[in-house]
Amino acid sequence: MGTEFVRNAAGRIVPTEINGKEIIPFKGIGKHIPDGRKYGPPIHSSVHYPPDGNKVVPSLKEAMIQCGLRDGMTISSHHHLRNGDLISNEIFRIASELGIKDLVWFPSASFPCHEPIIEYLKDGTIDHIEGSMNGPLGRFTSQGKMKGTGVLRSHGGRYQAVQDGEVQIDIAIIAAPTSDPFGNANGLYGPSACGGLGYALADYQYAHRIIIVTDNLVRFPCLPMQIVGNYVDCVVAVDKIGIPEKIVSGTTRITTSPDRLFLAELTAGFCDEAGLIHDGFSFQTGAGGTSLAIGTYFHKILKERGIKARFASGGSTQYIVKMLEDGCLDYILDAQTFDLDSVRSMRENPNHTDLSIFNCYDYHGKGNFTTMMDVVILGATEVDVNFNGNVVTHSDGYLLHGIGGWQNALFGRNVIIPIPLFRDRIPVIRDEVTTLCGPGELIDVIVTERGIAINPLRTDLIEKVKDSDLPIKTIRELKEEAEKICGKPSPPEFEEKTIAAIKWVDGTVIDIVRQIREQVSSK
Amino acid sequence: METTGTAGNKGKGVRSDCIVTIELAQTGGIEIELNSKVGKLYSDHILGLCKEEMAFFEIENARVRIEDSGALHFVLAARIEAAVKECIDTQKEYLLEMIPDNLYQTAKDRYRRSRLYLPGNTPSFMINAGIHRSDGIILDLEDAVAPAKKHEARLLVRNALRQVNFYGAERMVRINQVPMGLEDLHYVIPHNVNVILVPKCESADEIIKVEQEIAKISREKGIESPVYIMPIIESALGVIKAFEIAISSPNVVALAIGLEDYTADLGAQRTREGHETFFARSQIVNAARAAGIQPIDSVFSDVSDMEALKENVLESKSLGFDGMGCIHPRQIEVIHKYYAPDDLEITRAKNIMNAFHEAADKGLGVVSLGSKMIDPPVVKRAQRTIDLAIKAGKCSVDWRDKHGN
Repeated sequence: MGTEFVRNAAGRIVPTEINGKEIIPFKGIGKHIPDGRKYGPPIHSSVHYPPDGNKVVPSLKEAMIQCGLRDGMTISSHHHLRNGDLISNEIFRIASELGIKDLVWFPSASFPCHEPIIEYLKDGTIDHIEGSMNGPLGRFTSQGKMKGTGVLRSHGGRYQAVQDGEVQIDIAIIAAPTSDPFGNANGLYGPSACGGLGYALADYQYAHRIIIVTDNLVRFPCLPMQIVGNYVDCVVAVDKIGIPEKIVSGTTRITTSPDRLFLAELTAGFCDEAGLIHDGFSFQTGAGGTSLAIGTYFHKILKERGIKARFASGGSTQYIVKMLEDGCLDYILDAQTFDLDSVRSMRENPNHTDLSIFNCYDYHGKGNFTTMMDVVILGATEVDVNFNGNVVTHSDGYLLHGIGGWQNALFGRNVIIPIPLFRDRIPVIRDEVTTLCGPGELIDVIVTERGIAINPLRTDLIEKVKDSDLPIKTIRELKEEAEKICGKPSPPEFEEKTIAAIKWVDGTVIDIVRQIREQVSSK
Repeated sequence: METTGTAGNKGKGVRSDCIVTIELAQTGGIEIELNSKVGKLYSDHILGLCKEEMAFFEIENARVRIEDSGALHFVLAARIEAAVKECIDTQKEYLLEMIPDNLYQTAKDRYRRSRLYLPGNTPSFMINAGIHRSDGIILDLEDAVAPAKKHEARLLVRNALRQVNFYGAERMVRINQVPMGLEDLHYVIPHNVNVILVPKCESADEIIKVEQEIAKISREKGIESPVYIMPIIESALGVIKAFEIAISSPNVVALAIGLEDYTADLGAQRTREGHETFFARSQIVNAARAAGIQPIDSVFSDVSDMEALKENVLESKSLGFDGMGCIHPRQIEVIHKYYAPDDLEITRAKNIMNAFHEAADKGLGVVSLGSKMIDPPVVKRAQRTIDLAIKAGKCSVDWRDKHGN
């Protein structure tokens, strides 16, 4: 093995090559400025497409063959159907049946429903995944069982990689809840309605071939055209693209855990004391239980004061929709639609609009929306005493989550991470994160149930809350408090093998994940 | 004694706990089989603790199996000790360090608006209980613990009293009904418990027995800090004897009522209007006030209905109660908010306090407001109203400096 390793600007040791391709080590925030031109897909001609606009092909298998499926190709799919997605597994079942080998799966995210993909990683149909490796796929990858090396990117990083030509998609297969025979499609209608299709934007703009798979084929024209048919090669109609109750994610229920509600209230209280909640402010909260609860506390504060937020971005949920309908919020800019109420709202309310990843997150665009966001609430599996954050591995070293929009959202004005000080017995604040996903200079506040730590770089925030009743502590104090309760954990042990690379938003490699050393449980 | 012992919990939904099985052997040393959710990070700690405890209890040969779902040190230690004590007869106690944060005392007349019940054998509820800032937390050895689990719960509660920081909440333990509860005292009194709750109390005699046992243990262990007693009245007979119970010992600081058992004892159904419990509640308030202690109301069991809880609190306050039990942390805020004095009460209290301070400034021995003379107990009560209002955020600490009104 001739792979060389270098220390990147974040102090992490990374290889100079991943999957046989040279990589650029992380240089620091805003330091890597690429030159050259964007990637361009081949030129096509209308000559090759039916003048009646009917691109319908009888089956996904035929469509894949027609699009020239062969060994080593990069195949993309998208996660707007979330844990109810029936198409991704089907793609690789077909490829395996056709005896195709060494594909690269390039999903915008994976879910537990994609566990069957493990079979196709084992039989050689797929060489590796570039996307997220969640749950069972992450465990499989951590154990060193994937042939190639995984590459994890943020949502914005995925767009950047496609746009910059780092990843060239041979066939993009887009599951669309409604489509016409020409390939104009949207996610608003049909039995598998999921809201927006923003994650697929890079794919239909830049992929060589595009297949739309739908279970609601309507006559031309399908409006609105969230996906424009002029990019599309074929359309396949199937019985079912998704399981509706799993498309509407379970994460949209507000937490009932008293500890998490406490954390949510404390976080909202902090934002209020720090003067971040004002007329016209903007925010992004995730769809996790604590995050949703923070949104409802924001709502309460806005309503009590009779003021309004200008826009909410990121994922939409019934709670955010309620704010909009209640007159406490002007706009929802929606990159991911988490529940049926949000789908309905997007369909009916012109102030609730779908948003592409390009708009909100692409770092190699002419700016993006995130830097205009006042308050960004994020999660983390770990943070460290330098405010660095990890979202992909757990403290025991297993790769279990994707990056999602997390890295991109770090560019918000005030990035706040509410997390319990420890989970089960595991402290969340470490000397050094197991895997570096986001540099500490972008993370402003860590809120735990036992105290709030403000990044020393944010002297303005420290000043604003210094006379409040909030339990402000240093991050080291919080770390020590957790270790007093839990004991100091031993560091996880790794093998030499690199199993995944973590990309930064500009395409450089900020860290890698190594294969876990599995220990025998008895002694 | 058996040659095997088991303690702890496992299964779906069990967190921060473990189950330990010990099988004594003749040879082979200590063999530990550990299966832990946090094994990668804590197996050295867990194995080390287990070996240390085995050595402490002088067990040389045993097979130990630990299935761990993220238990903290104090939980593991308690579970191992409980399993050991099923196998061997010993008076030894494996005591963990008493963390300095836990060495506080409380006062007889401190606020007892809310007290949060924590099942005595469920560690996951104990760990974060203090962050919710109830006035008291109760480690419950009685109804929340199954009969077969009583012993292991005592050890867990003992370890929690030494190691879990409840951030200033009054540290209470509900023992089992006397006489069984007298044995519980041995596991908690030496570990800085502030209040003992005596359930299903029906006579002054029970309180005297509890008090004598506490005194005996305190003498043996050289403990000087006071341990207060809160009897819980839960039967018709208890209600009739309420005053007798309230004055049975100078250490009785509050009288509480438990309405579930009480209505069952009456043979009545609990209704929303609560006519069936009106007499008992009033009797408790009267007995407690006559004895100069705090009357404390029953818990409200529908944890999802905050509106009904609010009504319940307002009614309770109007009857004269000072506080109530909580079975869920979310209830605490509502309880504190609505037991707090209302605006009229606060204004009246401020007027009284202003009159008092003016009289003091002028060197007058008699305080008067308008044409009324004000007695010292009225002043004391006004001060307490203001303190409560401050605690509830309805009045600023420096209200006199700022506004003088």
